[in-house]
Amino acid sequence: MGEVKLHGFWASPFSHRVIWALKLKGVEYEYMEEDLSNKSQLLLQYNPAHKKIPVLVHRNKPVAESLVILEYIEETWPENPLLPLDACDRAMARFWINFGEQKGPVFFNLFRTTGEAQEKTGEEVAQILKTIEEKALGDNNFFGGNTLGLVDLSFGWLPHWFEVTEQVQGTKLLDPTTLPRLHAWAQNFKQVPVIRDNLPDPQKLSAHLKRLRGNLLKN
Amino acid sequence: MAATDVKLLGVGPSPYVNRVQIALNLKSVNYEFPEQTMGSKSELVLKSNPVHKKIPVLIHGDKPICESLIIVQYIDEFWTSGPSILPSDPYDRALHRFWAAYIDDKLSPVMRELRMAETEEAKQVALDRSSEGLALLEEAFTECSKGKSFFGGDNIGYVDIAFGSSLGWVRASEKLAGVTLLDQAKTPGLVSWAHNFSSHQAVKGVIPETDKLVELFKMFQAKAKAN
Repeated sequence: MGEVKLHGFWASPFSHRVIWALKLKGVEYEYMEEDLSNKSQLLLQYNPAHKKIPVLVHRNKPVAESLVILEYIEETWPENPLLPLDACDRAMARFWINFGEQKGPVFFNLFRTTGEAQEKTGEEVAQILKTIEEKALGDNNFFGGNTLGLVDLSFGWLPHWFEVTEQVQGTKLLDPTTLPRLHAWAQNFKQVPVIRDNLPDPQKLSAHLKRLRGNLLKN
Repeated sequence: MAATDVKLLGVGPSPYVNRVQIALNLKSVNYEFPEQTMGSKSELVLKSNPVHKKIPVLIHGDKPICESLIIVQYIDEFWTSGPSILPSDPYDRALHRFWAAYIDDKLSPVMRELRMAETEEAKQVALDRSSEGLALLEEAFTECSKGKSFFGGDNIGYVDIAFGSSLGWVRASEKLAGVTLLDQAKTPGLVSWAHNFSSHQAVKGVIPETDKLVELFKMFQAKAKAN
């Protein structure tokens, strides 16, 4: 204890990916909540390149970028593996994690637009979600197979965050009729105890996202 | 699955393809490199990478692996008898992954902006951003190399491949924009690193000549403007 510290932000899904991984591995850590409008000196020192959370500090050495942190956690605490053993399966897992990252801006575009522009982006998002359901998830309960893996954690913003965001931005893309398997995965994901017990309060998150979207639409 | 049954789909001028070539060379893996036509995707590429429809694709046996850095990690994990590409210590591995991601997400886009800049103002903005990025990378080099020749230490490693593969385009950007990016005064570590990287056995003959890339770029620009 005291050996592992996490600088995070309560509303950030990137922060939560790291929390989930640490908890799934049974790693004790100290959590430091960052005020993003007034970032701590420590954070700026630990991540000068991006000045962002999350940052994991282990034995006084900082690791930044949530996906880099996830691989670090996986390698440092190998119990309860979150990546497959086979090199080809690992490459496939990393492919889908990377896919999610590459498509992030499209989802953000959905969040910060309205009307026709949002509708158009909505079509692109629907395609992306269909690809994830059909090609990444397939018939499995989780992206990792029967249990959670890093791919599940990396898509962990779809349940809860995207659901709340859809209410805020007025879309209904993660729908059980059009995406039955992905929707089912989202509900199963949120029921896993480590996840269920580590999610931001939905009302607080909704208010936060409404404010954020309001600011973005103004500019 | 025969370990020698390796095929790389891609084109020579792509730094992402060059990454895979260098990694395979480091591990002394023989591979086929069937010629692909620039600007058009073959049936095999579309079939092997239906999600992104992009090169490089490594086909090992009958399994396609996509995305250059993922392929490099795969090569490192499958061919364990050759020199390691990622370091063994998890913290050092994290540093390499962080900087490789930085190169792809932040540095390469601003260098592309520099090549594409049409006004002096746009060029200056892109140049300032590139210089900032390279200053950070210079510090990263000091931290990762620990006084040796490469980010990977004595031998080429993950960040060396991630950044070194773009050296041809870095030089081309310098020529096209009339600027110096790898500056002896500001980034002395990277300057000597670039020389060592380019002369490494695994890299020789992989990255196309700067003049060829400049010509290619001008051709693409002309085509884009014509359409």
